[in-house]
Amino acid sequence: MPCTGRVDIIHLLNAFEDGADGVYVAGCLEGECHFSTGNIKARKKVAYVKKVLEAIGIEPQRVAMYNLSSAQGQRFAEIAKEMVDTITAIGPTPVKDSKAA
Amino acid sequence: MIVADSKPLQEILAMVREYKKILIVGCKGCVTVCNVGGAKEVEVLRASLMIDGKKEGSPPDIDTMVIERQCDNEYVETLRDNIDAYDAVLSMACGVGPQFLSEAYPEQKFFPAVNTSFYGGAVAHGIWEERCAGCGTCIIHYFDGLCPVARCAKSLLHGPCGGSADGICEVSKETVCIWDTIVKKKIAQGRIEDLFVLQEPRDWRTARDGGPRRSIRETLAE
Ligand code: SF4
Repeated sequence: MPCTGRVDIIHLLNAFEDGADGVYVAGCLEGECHFSTGNIKARKKVAYVKKVLEAIGIEPQRVAMYNLSSAQGQRFAEIAKEMVDTITAIGPTPVKDSKAA
Repeated sequence: MIVADSKPLQEILAMVREYKKILIVGCKGCVTVCNVGGAKEVEVLRASLMIDGKKEGSPPDIDTMVIERQCDNEYVETLRDNIDAYDAVLSMACGVGPQFLSEAYPEQKFFPAVNTSFYGGAVAHGIWEERCAGCGTCIIHYFDGLCPVARCAKSLLHGPCGGSADGICEVSKETVCIWDTIVKKKIAQGRIEDLFVLQEPRDWRTARDGGPRRSIRETLAE
């Protein structure tokens, strides 16, 4: 995607519907969005999806928003590991009968 | 426009969880404009119900559609061919929608997915405010187009009351005291005398107090 501002609620929900154990959105640092507020919009959408998951009884930590610059390759790797650790600790998704199990 | 808000997802789940084949119907009217029941929101609700169903181990079969207006039988009629294929129908229109659907299809079960709130407009991106109470006898010409019936918590016709402080209404810090705005505007225009006119008690029968209302255009009605 050209910018996390393009991420919509439905994209995140579709991933969970298809059996994703976790989803994270990696956006630019706040205040540094090329399109001004794309990453802020993404953060709000991630927060919305957390509420949806909570209402359904699914751990909201399964979706997260991270901010880093495209020059922070090492940070990107750290975030990926952090997210994997979080999801591993929670366990697999309770969403069964899914395509991407 | 009519402004609505999403019902809490848990409330919707409690209404339709027992049904296996569900149709979600959105509306391209007001609820699309206030981002609560248009094409996008229909898909978000479908995905949410599917995630819940899959989690519970029995995902429902869900179809979606968005019609021009649920408050118009011409468009409600477009559901006729397939309506019997569903166990339940969730309407994402304002409160008018599920009723038009329910009247057109007496055999089907209909559920509302939104809470219909008020007649208003967007004051900023993503923020809507009430502006009209639909009282049936508009009197805003006395108040420079501002409506104390809809916008004063007490619907006062002579204000402000003692609860007005720094232009804010006593009921909430978020609520402008419309009477403060009306008075300031009249003063600014040098027309404060307009507000010395005694407003007679209103005949509320044209509002909801007179029961459900009806509007007829003689030139159109057959
Ligand atoms: S403070 Fe103003 S808006 Fe609130 S009830 Fe009194 S007159 Fe009405």
